[in-house]
Amino acid sequence: MKRHLDYYLSEMRISILEQWQYPLANYFYMIGMIAEPVIYMVVWSAVANQQGGMVGGYTPATFAAYYIVWTLVRQMNIAFTPYGWERRIRNGRLSMNLLRPLHPLHHDVAFFAGWKVVNIILWLPLAFVLSLIFKPDLNPTWLEGIVFFFAIWMTYLIRTITLSLLGMVTFWTTRVSALFELYFAAELILSGRLVPLSLMPVWVQELAWFFPFRWTFGFPIEVLVGQMTTYEMLSGLGMQLAWIIFGGIVVNIVWKFAIRRFSAVGG
Amino acid sequence: MQGFKLAFNYLRIGILNEFQYRANLYIQILQTFIALGTGLIGLSLVFSQTKSLGGWSEPELLAVMGVFVITGGIIRSAIQPNMERLMEEIQEGTLDYALTKPADAQLLVSVREFRLWQLVDVVTGLIILVIALNQMNWSISIWSVLGFLSALFMGAVMIYSFWLIITSTAFWFIRVHEIANLFEGLYAAGRWPLDIYPNWLKYGLTFLVPVAFAISVPSEALTGRLTLQTWLGALALTTFLFILSRTIWKIGLKNYSGASA
Repeated sequence: MKRHLDYYLSEMRISILEQWQYPLANYFYMIGMIAEPVIYMVVWSAVANQQGGMVGGYTPATFAAYYIVWTLVRQMNIAFTPYGWERRIRNGRLSMNLLRPLHPLHHDVAFFAGWKVVNIILWLPLAFVLSLIFKPDLNPTWLEGIVFFFAIWMTYLIRTITLSLLGMVTFWTTRVSALFELYFAAELILSGRLVPLSLMPVWVQELAWFFPFRWTFGFPIEVLVGQMTTYEMLSGLGMQLAWIIFGGIVVNIVWKFAIRRFSAVGG
Repeated sequence: MQGFKLAFNYLRIGILNEFQYRANLYIQILQTFIALGTGLIGLSLVFSQTKSLGGWSEPELLAVMGVFVITGGIIRSAIQPNMERLMEEIQEGTLDYALTKPADAQLLVSVREFRLWQLVDVVTGLIILVIALNQMNWSISIWSVLGFLSALFMGAVMIYSFWLIITSTAFWFIRVHEIANLFEGLYAAGRWPLDIYPNWLKYGLTFLVPVAFAISVPSEALTGRLTLQTWLGALALTTFLFILSRTIWKIGLKNYSGASA
């Protein structure tokens, strides 16, 4: 346990130091990322205004709150992409990671966790500016704040697991890009990334319960913004935990089979 | 003239190269459909709540989406692959190989790559456009077609210049993988007409201007919104961006010291 903790702390420190060297690159990355919710926000505020100030229970101010919290959740749920997995399997870099005594996933989790520290520091001024401009209606309670804190970290773990599983498909076939795109399209629609799920038809909302997507994006936002009951919040956390346990088991099983198929070509 | 011949030859090599990987065509078609599906879902979500958005009706926004998809196809087939290769070469110092050739370096780095299968997007975008125009009961006039084609061309040049500018920053700030991400994020703004963006965002974010302009102006031409003023404005902006990108490229090139690849 202590060995793992040490490893995580040093990996995170390395990642923080590394990312601090590229503040401009990280800012570019973030502006590109923030453009997306700003567009959604503008579109849906326009719709709400046209409909007399409210649509699907959201006003322009609550839309602003939703999409500004969105930007933080998005920073939090960045994980090693399946495209990265594809690359490291294809070019054999993975063999280097396999030489280490720890499961390579630990490296990914720790490295990206460290990166988040940098990103959140850079995110703060952007969030401040966005709040000044869009005037969000956001009044979280203490409980919501605490649940949100745990929910965003679980968000990160679930997305790490699902993206890794997706990336591991590359062990069997290298024509994976269409599959990845399909995943991201489903995520866009079913997670609450495109619009709050309450704007979706009811059957989509019900469907979304059974996929991991909602628990990696919409749930933490709704906790902070929405009017969730305590029961809903706790059962949401429960669902997240269930996905982490279930996903963790699946990753382990898939990894065992996958690694037998791996034959590196250099690296 | 020499330049055209060079560009044409690279185009031919690019196409031949793509023909080696025919399965990629099917994957591209699949990906185009996925992207199309999400776009249509987004559009239908908006129009399930309202009849018009910023004065644009649903078929009109469908036409905007058509232009968005067409432009996206042009970018990903001819512009982005070249710029990404350029970034990589600046980073690794292998740009030397291009610079030692006698042709104009900017021309050379802009025509080396061509992804034929990405043109699936252009075809798909055209189909969407035809469907949308049909729904709008559009009557063809020579002016709207000319306006559309010229605006599309100017849009492509604007986006090329914009890409070259942000790519040239690689001469100073080596790590630029994020730039592609930045561009994609901003490009998504073009899915919606400029009218819906608040003024400060429209004019304040200089980043957004060329991107949104590139898609907005052709769409305006098709929906009878294009004024001569806007067209001239687009022309001026295109010229300005093109000259600016060449200047920045030249300054950047002076900064390049190679890494003896």
